[in-house]
Amino acid sequence: MKGLRGYVWIAVLAMVALIAAGCGRDEDKGSSSPGITDAEIKLGGSYPFSGPASAYKSIRDGAKAQFDFVNDNGGVDGRKIKFTTLDDAYEPPRAVQNARRLIQQEKVFALFNTLGTPNNLAIWDYVNKQKVPQVFVATGASDWGEDIAAHPYTIGWQPDYVTEAQIYADYLKKEKPSAKVAVLYQNDGFGKDLLGGFEKAIEGSNIKVVAKESYEVTDPTIASQIRKLAGSGADTFLNITTPKFSAQAIAAIAKSDWKPLHILNNVGASKALVLTPAGLDNSKGIISTSYFKDPEDPQWQNDAAMKEYKAALKKYSPRSNPNDPFNVYGWGAAATMVEALNNMKQPNREALMDSVRNLDTEIPILLPGITVQTSDTDGYPIEAMQIQRFNGDRWELLGKVVQSKRQT
Amino acid sequence: MEELIQTIVDGVAIGSLYGALALAVVLIFRSTGIVNFAQGEMAMFSTFVAWGLLQADVPLGLAVVMTLGIAFLGGMAIERILIRPVEGSDPLTMAVVTLGLFILLNSAAGWIWGFETRSFPSIFPDDSVQLAGADVAVESLGIVALLLAVVGLLYLLFQRTKIGLAVRAVSVNPESSRLSGISVGRTLMIGWGIAAMVGALAGILIAPRLFLDVNFMGGVLIYSFAAATLGGFDSPFGAVVGGWVIGVTENLASTYVDFIGSDLKILVPLTVILAVLLIRPSGLFGSHEVARA
Amino acid sequence: MSAAAAAAGPSPVERTEQRLRLAAYGLVLLIAVAIPFFLGSYRVGQFTLVLAYSVAVLGLNLLVGYGGLVSLGHGAFFALGAYTSAILIEEAGLPHLMTVPIAAAVCFAAGFVLGLPALRIRGLYLALVTLAVAIAVPQLIKRFDGLTGGTQGLNVAQPTAPGWVPLADDQFLYFLTLVLAIPMFVLAANLVRGRTGRALVAMRESEVAAKAMGVDLARLKTSAFAISSLYAGVAGSLYVFSIGFVAPESFPLTVSFAFLAAIVVGGLATIGGAIFGALFIEFVPIYASDVSDALAGVIYGAVLIAFMYALHGGVMGVLRGTGRRLASRLSREKRKEPLDEPPQPNVAPAASDSPATRPPTITGS
Repeated sequence: MKGLRGYVWIAVLAMVALIAAGCGRDEDKGSSSPGITDAEIKLGGSYPFSGPASAYKSIRDGAKAQFDFVNDNGGVDGRKIKFTTLDDAYEPPRAVQNARRLIQQEKVFALFNTLGTPNNLAIWDYVNKQKVPQVFVATGASDWGEDIAAHPYTIGWQPDYVTEAQIYADYLKKEKPSAKVAVLYQNDGFGKDLLGGFEKAIEGSNIKVVAKESYEVTDPTIASQIRKLAGSGADTFLNITTPKFSAQAIAAIAKSDWKPLHILNNVGASKALVLTPAGLDNSKGIISTSYFKDPEDPQWQNDAAMKEYKAALKKYSPRSNPNDPFNVYGWGAAATMVEALNNMKQPNREALMDSVRNLDTEIPILLPGITVQTSDTDGYPIEAMQIQRFNGDRWELLGKVVQSKRQT
Repeated sequence: MEELIQTIVDGVAIGSLYGALALAVVLIFRSTGIVNFAQGEMAMFSTFVAWGLLQADVPLGLAVVMTLGIAFLGGMAIERILIRPVEGSDPLTMAVVTLGLFILLNSAAGWIWGFETRSFPSIFPDDSVQLAGADVAVESLGIVALLLAVVGLLYLLFQRTKIGLAVRAVSVNPESSRLSGISVGRTLMIGWGIAAMVGALAGILIAPRLFLDVNFMGGVLIYSFAAATLGGFDSPFGAVVGGWVIGVTENLASTYVDFIGSDLKILVPLTVILAVLLIRPSGLFGSHEVARA
Repeated sequence: MSAAAAAAGPSPVERTEQRLRLAAYGLVLLIAVAIPFFLGSYRVGQFTLVLAYSVAVLGLNLLVGYGGLVSLGHGAFFALGAYTSAILIEEAGLPHLMTVPIAAAVCFAAGFVLGLPALRIRGLYLALVTLAVAIAVPQLIKRFDGLTGGTQGLNVAQPTAPGWVPLADDQFLYFLTLVLAIPMFVLAANLVRGRTGRALVAMRESEVAAKAMGVDLARLKTSAFAISSLYAGVAGSLYVFSIGFVAPESFPLTVSFAFLAAIVVGGLATIGGAIFGALFIEFVPIYASDVSDALAGVIYGAVLIAFMYALHGGVMGVLRGTGRRLASRLSREKRKEPLDEPPQPNVAPAASDSPATRPPTITGS
């Protein structure tokens, strides 16, 4: 191995020479805000197109349809939006690499709507250090608006899980003040956030959580959890699950003798994705919340925003199912992005964050009465939802929009 | 007491689902000596084919029979096209080929059928009966009976038919089999075909409970590996029993041991497997390994 | 070549081959050193991650390729190493480099424990027991959330270049990883060339024979597991430096499977194969989804299968074959005389880093 040593020396010398020669790269530091010109705005996002969470791919499709629609109608101040999306398979290390690639290589102006709580947590330190906006992330974790000073470039969009939990608690306080609640929750950030919010919101009331069971996204079935909850003597069931498990839970309860008041979280409350496979009869009476218009609700059939959405989705993403609520979600988030870009006073990242932090607008695809509002102290864009009940055929909105009273 | 019986009954019902896929895993191992990581995705793909037939208004019974036939041909095709080129190389290479097939099938199914959750009808009536104070779904009884019948058929196939004998011979020693006039290639294809068919049956049995989507077999595959390990990797009956043991211990542990809870319940069957293997290194019903110098 | 010629010392062909191999090492090293100066920081980050993965793949290859003990649970040790470093850096405030030996030691101990069942359980059954460990890890991370941050994960500050180093942070991190990875490769190469390596291969070929030759199987198996996990642990530390975040979702079962695929792609029972395996699992999935979002998995799966068809013996197998052919042509030209026998593809390679590459078996029978 004498020869090897020679090569090591050559390599070391080469390295020293390279460094000495100042052969460092001059990475284009560029103007203060790359990714924006008079003709174009580059946005980037990381989504799961493969792996266990690929169902959320529809969110990208809905968002892309919105941007394509806006581009074909003149763009934002004449600028066309170019939305580059990369696959992260719902794995945090891939999301980190995607963020680096979008920022350093694709030189996007901002990250928009990257999906998943762990994936956004994985990148937010880096992104804020780079002073790149990470806006309207596709997760309802309460982290995004909690400490604006620590992560000024990050903001959520949808009502966060704590807000949602509070609305369920308020509903119960009014309708069923001494409810005994059994909870099924996904054992991750999403499930724990919503459960924690609910437990906090019922403090001091007569509502009690009498049983709680968790499941893992990798579990094949939740049958035994449901059996245990059914045996707990609870009269109310808080179902904190993602679509496949929501359907399993509805079907399992229908087969049992347990007839609780069933509260199903917004993530799992799609008629097309959950209630139809689980059985519409089995789903009768389920309570949930909503904040955007349901494409299957006949009352929006002639609604301008709904018609625009359906036409655009058909045109720009013909393989997408317009009844898939994730498409609507992406469409709405992207519409908010367009609004924020429109309000930008200057074409740079700081101006975008200024605009994002001072929103007060109505997005037409959201339910009437729900506004998107932010301020320097309020980092939660949507904080209102409306209670809805499934009547065996469609969701019926109940009462008025509920504005959450966040105490921080 | 009633709760105990109910817990056990539920465990057997869930365990049967694991056992069903484990049966397919064991069949491939038995006839070709490799671990097929793609077994779950093959079953998923077949179940989607059945679902597609149902959408085209084919009656359930006919759709099931057609799917089993398609799965048999599909399994043979996979052996011929994907496995044959690496036949005779080391088992790890073949295992990695099945890993590639796993990823490929999962993605292809998503591309063809989308990622939505879909309902799939049960081939059994939606009813339940009382047994020793416990509620037992007719579906669960049907699945148990069907699994035992399949195990019985496989036993007859392997022990009493020429083709079964050929499959066994090829798995033990392909070279000698070839010399004694067995068409090794065709036999291996039939082995894969049968396993794919049993896998498709497993998918059709599991889908009504778990709902059909592209990833619905991912979790089941892991449990079925566990079941096959516990039962002994070359014993069909062991696979089914392994599934039951795992379903029951997991259910009992999460019901009666508070510290365990739902989040750690999967550790219980895994510990049981470890304990069993330490005593019987080839599983409950597996044939013993003979060390050769 | 005849037995007599082999006994008489290395033939000219073998000497040329040896020189070619050294040239290849030199070239690889040169490329490794040059990478951060010619690529953008995103790419450099990718190669940093490749180095981290390659250490884990190398460790797994020691166990599986050389020792014939299949582990489907190396993602667990990788996670253990990553979390050990993350917790020590974030909670205890230790400097990054100090956490590497600690992560290595923790994983060494854990690997030793996992090696114990291997004394009794073999082959496929052992593989499935190790799979259980990989399944358990995310669950345990969530359960002990006081320490691990639970589902929130842990953000870890990345190492930054000290003022006296004229390098950007990503370049510095790359060299830091390289400097830690190279000794791991050198150690592994020495290990397999020495007593332990020969004992491992003997055990893979036949446990009975190995025992008869005086190999202490129990000690060998447990230490093989321990050393292999140590490698995974070091890789986990390096991974944290590079990614800066750990969460239960970072370590799904697919990590263990990817490592397994990587050792076969690179070449079982090879040292250099780890690099190619790591390159494969880092780059191919990303390229696949660049080609098509919708068909990423179809492409990745097909490429993986195609590699298995095309490369018997993995990338290293192909490189060795090419090297051997090249060597025989070169030495023939030098001597200006034709070889009296055609180059034989099956001639055993000079056993510098490859005790016969017969693969392990994971069958139960």
